[in-house]
Amino acid sequence: MTATASPPVTSGGELGPPPGRGPARVAALFTVLTVGLVVVSIVSAAVGQFGIPASQVVGAVLDRIGIDVLAPPADPFAEAALWDVRFPRVVLALLVGGVLGVCGALMQGCFGNPLAEPGVVGVSSGAAVGACLSIVFGWTFLGAFTTPALAFGTGLVTTLAVYVLARSKGRAGVVTMILTGVAVNAVANAAIAFLVFAGDQAAREQIVFWQLGSLAGSRWAYVATIAPLVGVCVVVSLLLARRLDLLALGDRQARHLGVDVESLRLVTIVVVAIAVSAAVSYSGIISFVGLVVPHLIRMITGPGHRVLIPASLLGGALLLAAADLLARNAFHYADLPIGMLTALVGGPFFFWLLLRTRRREGGWT
Amino acid sequence: MRLLSRAQAHLPEPPAEGDVLAEADAVVVTIGRKRLLDGVSLRVHAGEVLALVGPNGAGKSTLLSVLAGDLPPSAGTVSIHGRPATSWSTVDLARRRAVLPQHNPVSFPFDVLAVVEMGRAPWEGTPAEDGDERAVAAALADTELTAFATRTYPTLSGGEQARTALARVLAQSASLLLLDEPTAALDLRHQEQVLALARARAAEGAGVLVVLHDLGLAAAHADRIAVLAAGGLVEAGPPEEVCHAELLSGVYQHPVEVITHPRTGKPIVLPYR
Repeated sequence: MTATASPPVTSGGELGPPPGRGPARVAALFTVLTVGLVVVSIVSAAVGQFGIPASQVVGAVLDRIGIDVLAPPADPFAEAALWDVRFPRVVLALLVGGVLGVCGALMQGCFGNPLAEPGVVGVSSGAAVGACLSIVFGWTFLGAFTTPALAFGTGLVTTLAVYVLARSKGRAGVVTMILTGVAVNAVANAAIAFLVFAGDQAAREQIVFWQLGSLAGSRWAYVATIAPLVGVCVVVSLLLARRLDLLALGDRQARHLGVDVESLRLVTIVVVAIAVSAAVSYSGIISFVGLVVPHLIRMITGPGHRVLIPASLLGGALLLAAADLLARNAFHYADLPIGMLTALVGGPFFFWLLLRTRRREGGWT
Repeated sequence: MRLLSRAQAHLPEPPAEGDVLAEADAVVVTIGRKRLLDGVSLRVHAGEVLALVGPNGAGKSTLLSVLAGDLPPSAGTVSIHGRPATSWSTVDLARRRAVLPQHNPVSFPFDVLAVVEMGRAPWEGTPAEDGDERAVAAALADTELTAFATRTYPTLSGGEQARTALARVLAQSASLLLLDEPTAALDLRHQEQVLALARARAAEGAGVLVVLHDLGLAAAHADRIAVLAAGGLVEAGPPEEVCHAELLSGVYQHPVEVITHPRTGKPIVLPYR
């Protein structure tokens, strides 16, 4: 990425009203996002109950890859805190945030609806059912990975079920599909409610925390599991980008332009289901990232998916890393649930976005 | 290398004048209990502008969908470029026929240039891709949208949106054009312009089927007019043959008079007032 080379001198311009969407604007956006990502990651690793100077954080990373410029932390406890606790957490935040941003963009493009998001088709609630099952019944057949694996499994099954149920005469209408998602979400939520009711005190507490979303307890093993899935998701998304643009014209028009709409939808949904389930498994339900990040990017550089998808990846990663920094440090000795935080800030912000965009575009109907 | 030659093998040859580009043969379309088309046979030839007229609900859009390969008929056959419509792949069909539906909403605020560029999607990865820029610029110029290139679609007026959709269809450079009421949202000047564009494409060898409500426009610009009523084809032929007061009065269930334009000699159809 060449964008990292130049400092973010143009950062003042990209929230201004003029709708210029040239390559300069795109380059400025990627520069700002990349620089922001690096800065937030370093700060997030440095700040905490046990403060470590930023220079030592950078030094620790450079030292591992064999560059001897800055001194790593002299204190072995600090070194261990960085590598065993903070770095995996920062990296997981980046991966989960990035994949949620990309999946939001994919879903919105796939349904031609700026309000679609992975939760709409039932991945989140479906995944929650699997996680709650393992928590309530104390299943451990896959060791520590039992809960994530079940969340992954049921999330995928739920999403595919939504897709199959919403198809009629070989097509999946947008409205039918979203309404089917609503119905499936209701059933999944009923299942979760029953499991909360059936579980003992400890299980209830665990379920509630899982539903709130948290990056506490991140480990390198988690990172290693989801990184390849995120990679596949992003590569496939980029390959689909131009065809997703055409879906904005409507199914019929896209088909007239040579897009196999059905298989495009199916591939997109499977990619989203896999990636979101994987991400959500280790962090619980984190809402709003997939909804608002693509919105913001569209306002800056326009709706073309070839820019929107990579920018949503960086934007989502930046947002979640920043949110996690806040969640860990807003109160002393308290790790706030990150899902609560993103929803609390994101809900009103999203509402404001809605009003503003709708006013400009004369409504979506 | 093999990929390249395979892509070329699927590229369409320019049609010769008079070739049948789309053909519906005894097409029946039934949806539920309603028979939308009842044994309609119609051909669109290379080099002609064929106007499809008829009262509301006569089945014009249904016939257009059938000829586009969107809607498989309940009975009868449809062929496009000499092959059954269903035997073409989606992308091969997109290189041979372009369709302008009546309504063309765009979900996200793409600018006009981006929407028109989408028309070039079927040619991605083929040698014809080199012509993308030229085709897009020509389509924008033909629809007088060059100055609107950076405006976003939702900020355009209804007529400007309609012209953008038309520009996208023109940029697709298909030899079969199926236009469903392309003049509906347009002012007098742009109506004339759209039909002049249809004529120009036909002169270059394309076959153009255009659904119209204005019989005067149809008579003035089309080589042939096909009249559809209640799912059946009533008449198809040159404007002078089709524009008869008796026939049209019956089809539209309203008295109609036909006069001859003193200068052009073309028929003018007016409701009897």
